[in-house]
Amino acid sequence: MMAAFSVARSSCGLLAGLRLTSFRSLAPVKYAAVAAVAVPQTNLVRDCRRYSVGHLSVKERIDKKRKAALVGGGQHRIDAQHKRGKLTARERVELLLDPDSFVESDMFVEHRCSDFGMEQDRNKFPGDSVVTGRGRINGRLVYVFSQDFTVFGGSLSGAHAQKICKIMDQAMTVGAPVIGLNDSGGARIQEGVESLAGYADIFLRNVLASGVVPQISLIMGPCAGGAVYSPALTDFTFMVKDTSYLFITGPDVVKSVTNEDVTQEELGGAKTHTTVSGVAHHAFENDIEALLNMREFFNFLPLSNQDPSPIRECHDPSDRLVPSLDGIVPFETTKAYDMLDIIHTIVDERDFFEIMPNYAKNIVVGFARMNGRTVGIVGNQPKVASGCLDINSSVKGARFVRFCDAFNIPIITFVDVPGFLPGTAQEYGGIIRHGAKLLYAFAEATVPKITVITRKAYGGAYDVMSSKHLRGDVNYAWPSAEVAVMGAKGAVQIIFRGKENQAEAEAEYVKKFANPFPAAVRGFVDDIIEPSTTRKKICRDLEVLASKKQVNPWKKHANIPL
Amino acid sequence: MAAHRLSPSLNRLLFTGKYAAFQSRWCALHSNVKYSTTYNPNEKTFDKILIANRGEIACRVIKTCKKMGIQSVAVHSDVDSTAVHVKMADEAVCVGPAPTNKSYLNVEAIMDAIRTTGAQAVHPGYGFLSENKEFAKRLAAEGVTFIGPDTHAIHAMGDKIESKLIAKAAKVNTIPGFDGVVKTAEEAVKISQEIGYPVMIKASAGGGGKGMRIAWNDEETREGFRFSSQEAASSFGDDRLLIEKYIDNPRHIEIQVLADKHGNALWLNERECSIQRRNQKVVEEAPSTFLDTDTRRAMGEQAVQLAKAVQYSSAGTVEFLVDSKKNFYFLEMNTRLQVEHPITECITGLDLVEQMIRVAKGYQLQHKQEDIPINGWAIESRVYAEDPYKSFGLPSIGRLSQYQEPLNLSNVRVDSGIQEGSDISIYYDPMISKLVTYGATRAEALSRMEDALDNYVIRGVTHNIPLLREIITHPRFISGDISTNFLPEVYPDGFKGHQLEVNTRRELLASAAALYITAQLRSQNVLGNLRVSSTPVKCNRWELCGELGDGLHSMEVTKSGNVYTVEVDGEKVEVSGQFNLASPLLPLTINGTDRMLQCLSRDASGKIVLQYLGTSFKLRILSKLAAELNSYMPEKVPEDTSSILRSPMPGTVVAVSVKPGDTVAEGQEICVIEAMKMQNSLTAVKQAKVKHIHCKPGETVGEGDLLVELE
Repeated sequence: MMAAFSVARSSCGLLAGLRLTSFRSLAPVKYAAVAAVAVPQTNLVRDCRRYSVGHLSVKERIDKKRKAALVGGGQHRIDAQHKRGKLTARERVELLLDPDSFVESDMFVEHRCSDFGMEQDRNKFPGDSVVTGRGRINGRLVYVFSQDFTVFGGSLSGAHAQKICKIMDQAMTVGAPVIGLNDSGGARIQEGVESLAGYADIFLRNVLASGVVPQISLIMGPCAGGAVYSPALTDFTFMVKDTSYLFITGPDVVKSVTNEDVTQEELGGAKTHTTVSGVAHHAFENDIEALLNMREFFNFLPLSNQDPSPIRECHDPSDRLVPSLDGIVPFETTKAYDMLDIIHTIVDERDFFEIMPNYAKNIVVGFARMNGRTVGIVGNQPKVASGCLDINSSVKGARFVRFCDAFNIPIITFVDVPGFLPGTAQEYGGIIRHGAKLLYAFAEATVPKITVITRKAYGGAYDVMSSKHLRGDVNYAWPSAEVAVMGAKGAVQIIFRGKENQAEAEAEYVKKFANPFPAAVRGFVDDIIEPSTTRKKICRDLEVLASKKQVNPWKKHANIPL
Repeated sequence: MAAHRLSPSLNRLLFTGKYAAFQSRWCALHSNVKYSTTYNPNEKTFDKILIANRGEIACRVIKTCKKMGIQSVAVHSDVDSTAVHVKMADEAVCVGPAPTNKSYLNVEAIMDAIRTTGAQAVHPGYGFLSENKEFAKRLAAEGVTFIGPDTHAIHAMGDKIESKLIAKAAKVNTIPGFDGVVKTAEEAVKISQEIGYPVMIKASAGGGGKGMRIAWNDEETREGFRFSSQEAASSFGDDRLLIEKYIDNPRHIEIQVLADKHGNALWLNERECSIQRRNQKVVEEAPSTFLDTDTRRAMGEQAVQLAKAVQYSSAGTVEFLVDSKKNFYFLEMNTRLQVEHPITECITGLDLVEQMIRVAKGYQLQHKQEDIPINGWAIESRVYAEDPYKSFGLPSIGRLSQYQEPLNLSNVRVDSGIQEGSDISIYYDPMISKLVTYGATRAEALSRMEDALDNYVIRGVTHNIPLLREIITHPRFISGDISTNFLPEVYPDGFKGHQLEVNTRRELLASAAALYITAQLRSQNVLGNLRVSSTPVKCNRWELCGELGDGLHSMEVTKSGNVYTVEVDGEKVEVSGQFNLASPLLPLTINGTDRMLQCLSRDASGKIVLQYLGTSFKLRILSKLAAELNSYMPEKVPEDTSSILRSPMPGTVVAVSVKPGDTVAEGQEICVIEAMKMQNSLTAVKQAKVKHIHCKPGETVGEGDLLVELE
């Protein structure tokens, strides 16, 4: 439908162009042709004015347009953008990509709206309100769009959407990630339904590209209304503190509908989305830090689902022993320790890019490298809520595991989980449904899966956490591991209900089950290893598992319990 | 003094074991300490010794036990169950929970441990029960040997008032002061006025700087009296105080003595311990630059007279204050092995622990006074987990996420009781290690200390290496012009870290730039078969901008081979070296000079923290473009801290002196935090009304915790 609409518009423009030719016989024929193609929306009023400007050659007009495109909404709007502490769309692209690597497309595209005075020359901006193209990050190919707040507040017109769709299509064709830099006031109201169509076109492509190429959204300004669903569909959403907002409806509408008083920042700022809602995966101090971190983050990702997990030159010996791990798990099973300490010492160069570090902190997820190769790390965090699984941590973990599986990134899981969090809040919230997501994600994953049980692996949560039974490739237990149905106290209360000598029974249970042997004798863990050798063993296993091939049964698509 | 070097091949070998770090350190200690007296294996000694201590001193004692073929028993609190001393000992017994009064001071539990393990003797180390005569008595009653002096000597010297009287009687020079117990603050003021200000108020049972306050006027006397008695009560369970004349600008020089049970006593030369903060020693050396042979002999002889006067046996230390005219006054006698004993071992070649064990067993001393040499020079730096920027060191806690001792260097001895992964907790002394270097001359020992500090990797806790390195490279220290007021005199406005000069600043920036480019280039090095080819940026000249402190510097970097030429503000700096991005150490050659830098952190947004000349510097390296655009980034307004009082260190709230609604004056005490047995008064920085109080007495607080809000 949209295509048909555009064609009709184009033919209209062509007629206008032709009219111009006949009127101004001195003008070269070429001019008309160019006008018809590049500026199909011209009309008589504008042409007359342009005529009075003088005779510009095509080359001059190209230069002029390019020049105009480079300043977007004009210097005063650029200044206003800077004053808000934000960079312009082009500055962002320049900083994100390698020097001189940006290849822009659709610099000459303009919006096609003719209502509400939009057809006037001063309301036309070459390139419209988005900069699109491709480039390189550390030499690796990436497609980028960057919304230009200086042009109509970055609002999304039909042309704007079309430009984004074009690079997304190209990214899919060659198999390279798409990074979106969002800074848009929302739909181009003047265009009405065409703007809505534009959003839907993008949404569709987000969905089709999902699992094919990595898609990352960096919210660097407002992103409200329907627009939020594009970032929501992408794999990762990052935000800039204090200058970016994501919400379905702004504070004014909230006030009129629910009578709640809330600021933009509280409603949809970076803090809200990285700590409360779980919508965003990371927040950065400002534009510069966000873009530089995006470059760093990009290094972890494969270009598409056709590519293996990338390997970077590594200075950290793969056989490095980590003696400090031998004493890291406290003797008292109730005492907490920091799973991040384990992760940092095992991965290359202590370099761990944590995803959602401030949300559902009882599970830790993020990217790291082992002997140079990108891996996804999932770990229960005993320091927070004893590392139990609850609704939020299950969803956080599941989404991350599925990303890794989609893009061939091996998953390393560190288990210290006392079980699922009990209580009405969790049950009413649907922990059964949400917990199933993490179970589902681990079970369906066909990438190399290595699991290390550091301490507790109790009950159903043991099964969930990339257990042998869910096709874990290598499952290790540390000597401190306890694989059991439940903790000793609870188990004894059930087994010896009403009996005397509970303490004695508890001690017996501990002796029997609070160790790695019950799992090891059954082959549910492949080996009990010295913690200090964990890095060395994982690196060696990953080398072997690099050629792992595993295929799930054919299906149209799986049906994860959403 | 012989050089003691771990051969590289041996070192490598040691690093490949199962408990590699532990083994290597332990062996290194053995091989790095050379004693001139060789142990006689035919001399019968104890079969089993229990070490009633923890940390480095427990490890130190166990080491000699191993040398002498004696079984060792460690005691530990529950949080110390995986501590190094526990792993090193042949047996270990848990004696209670973390707080020291329930574990390491728990005499009953330790007596039980002695009985169950059948230990024949106890080495108390320093601190804890080392000068506790009740403990020594209990041991004697059970027929267990206390490796230390008799209870009589502990008692006589442990009481500062009594010890002074004995010293006077033994014709040892003493400081003018009041020889009695002070009962009230007003009495303290009266006595102080009589003696004349300044005066020193100190705990009668004290030691180690705890419970000590200097007062310059009546008001400070009252305050000091209150603090000292509280600290004395909590540290020693004895709140008796005494007051004496405070000798301004003195040196603290102590004499090591060694005596046997047969009336023989030796002085093992002096240790210069003048570099102190809050009356705790920071850097010690042996010998002292200040003493001439005659003064040394006079002090040594007086020390021996005192030891003989109390029938002292075992190792002990007689502390003196020495004024600028080389007059010396007896301060106190420590009836135990001192923290800083290694420097004496280095210059005399004696193993003091071995000698203590021999003496305890009843043997006569092997040496005569004329056998005691001064071989070369030894320096000890006490490496603490503390923030030197806050009053020259407020305790810090944390987990040693990375830890590497500079044992790859020769003539370095590190006495420590921790390893990578250890926790520095609020329960115990925050000392990480004693770093000792020695050489034929003082200059040699000092230069080795510089290298050792630069090569020492400590991550996860704040440490005082910046301060240590500044002290040992300070011209006044190098010339030997020191006193106990060294730190406040040299840093009247507090310690601020190493101050860079124009060229060192440039070198630091250039190093950071070279590191930045190395990391950038590495990012482009993607390995493996690529479906979509990579096109790295072809570039060997980079325009960067470096931020260091308030200064912005434009830099141009070119690279040829392993050599970076960095033009900083138009001046060329050449940087080369092995840039290993995984290593905490960054050995570089900067303009021809070898420098050991350390990379503390490095992130994607160009922030780099480098340790250079001991101090860590925060830098930011950005491309020229990013730096230009950075000017548009808004300044984030930091929280106004003048109306917020946060805990400067982890500890326990002892007292809250205000309540909400009170108006406090600038400098008025708001609350008192106790950490590592030191009480710290936190005061208001401005006049204001108290809005909220977020803590209550007895509560444990972490560093940076909000305590009190003012309006």
